[in-house]
Amino acid sequence: MTATSGKLMKGATGDWEVVIGMEIHAQVTSKSKLFSGASTAFGGDPNTHVSLVDVAMPGMLPVINEECVRQAVRTGLGLNAKINLRSVFDRKNYFYPDLPQGYQISQYKDPIVGEGEVTVELDGGKTATIGIERLHIEQDPGKMLHDQSPSLSYIDYNRCGVALMEIVSKPDIRDAEQAKAYVTKLRSIMRYLGTCDGDMEKGSLRADVNVSVRKPGGPLGTRCEIKNINSISFIGQAVEAEARRQIEIIEDGGVIEQETRRFDPDKGETRSMRSKEEAHDYRYFPDPDLLPLEFSQAFVDELKAALPELPDQKKARFIADLGLSPYDASVLVAERESAAFYESVLAALPDRARDGKLAANWVINELFGRLNKEGRDIASSPVSASQLAAIVALIGEGTISGKIAKDLFEIVWSEGGDPRELVESRGMKQVTDLGAIEKVVDEIIAANPDKVAQAKAKPQLAGWFVGQVMKSSGGKANPQAVNDLLKSKLGI
Amino acid sequence: MSVDAATVRKIAQLARIAVTDAEVPHLQGELNAMLAFVEQLSEVNVEGVEPMTSVTPMAMKKRQDVVTDGEIADDIIKNAPMTENNFFLVPKVVE
Repeated sequence: MTATSGKLMKGATGDWEVVIGMEIHAQVTSKSKLFSGASTAFGGDPNTHVSLVDVAMPGMLPVINEECVRQAVRTGLGLNAKINLRSVFDRKNYFYPDLPQGYQISQYKDPIVGEGEVTVELDGGKTATIGIERLHIEQDPGKMLHDQSPSLSYIDYNRCGVALMEIVSKPDIRDAEQAKAYVTKLRSIMRYLGTCDGDMEKGSLRADVNVSVRKPGGPLGTRCEIKNINSISFIGQAVEAEARRQIEIIEDGGVIEQETRRFDPDKGETRSMRSKEEAHDYRYFPDPDLLPLEFSQAFVDELKAALPELPDQKKARFIADLGLSPYDASVLVAERESAAFYESVLAALPDRARDGKLAANWVINELFGRLNKEGRDIASSPVSASQLAAIVALIGEGTISGKIAKDLFEIVWSEGGDPRELVESRGMKQVTDLGAIEKVVDEIIAANPDKVAQAKAKPQLAGWFVGQVMKSSGGKANPQAVNDLLKSKLGI
Repeated sequence: MSVDAATVRKIAQLARIAVTDAEVPHLQGELNAMLAFVEQLSEVNVEGVEPMTSVTPMAMKKRQDVVTDGEIADDIIKNAPMTENNFFLVPKVVE
């Protein structure tokens, strides 16, 4: 597979290409931890969601949570990846207070999921395919607070032992936009699957980003790893800042040292981190407490059959069945909740084939536009799917014009109510009575003989008449009827 | 395969075991004796033999996804040398 070329960065010596690979840590959605029966609930008083297994008390043994296995397999299937029917848990040995065992139970040589790929959406309707190297299951470490005391670190093991999926990409990512699009897409897929809630603020999804630079087509440069970025926009900023830093060093005649760095969003720069372990010598070996993880192809097939429709499939269906543009379809499927809302609107439409596309426009432009403006999400939308469907159907059947529909939308947004009844009670119906429209047209033609003469000479001036008729009808005249009548009356 | 004194020090450091210089030669000898013992295995031809993970054929035991443990913060921190509000306290690990 070849990477999709990205935006090159300008340096003093010419253009530079950025090469990026990512490790995403995604917390598995489950009730209990990977190897213990303690709760995974976020928050909670310190060390309350902790079992003796999680803090590695002597004699405690890990027993795997089968739901975490299913979640990892589902995610692998969502990434179009090879599912390994046999995988092995290894110990990754290191001493750090966030992990009482002295080792993290992870998967090293034999991960549960192998190679796969995802297609990501870029600006301008372009796409790029990013290879997945592997996905493995491991334990999340505990949380440390360093700001409570000048000399002590505070440790809470509530998170310790929660299942994580580490998803490793191939170095196929070529710029900040692709990096952001990749994480956005993984998050979307996992949220559709229900395998990770994707809540980056709570740390459910974190990214380690490996960045190096090279002359386009040249040999790979030395990479630096930026650890634990917890926002998609920071990922983009970190990539740009780190690539810029490396270009400057190389162009000044320096050498990039392979190291772990941290992104400081306030300063917009990456900084060297003191290494967790001077030498990264994890001395992996198979965990003797755990047998190899084995399951049948039938187990995988059963999970596959029960997968929900994923964003790419939904997008393809919206395009094929409803005639949506690829862009509109992408916008609608990006978030599971947005897609669900649109599908509720579709379900409430009497004529889906006629109004499906119009409904997409209304959801994206009017509803999302308004929600964004007010900083609300779809769950708190004052306009329900059935109300929006009613508005769209009223336009589709010709009862109201698109312009009046915007007024109606405002009323429903701020006052609520049944759109169909509102149209009746407030007299918003479109005038399709040709006699009534003709009367208005005649009046305006009679009152403006000079404009009539101009319009006969320059037919595009007929637009002025359309505007006048619409204005004097309060926007309710059927625009098509107005156009037709004007054309015949003006003889153009 | 054998280990030198530097490797002994490195292994000790990785395992967070304090080893004095005086102990190094002795440990080096012990480790090398163990390695030599294990090395005998390389005399066996294991071509085409699957690594054995269990004496009897058995599948990995699995749990259902239910919360059955936790809410024992007092027990969890009981042996900790230093605590506050049920947090473990350790010497600061970052600057």
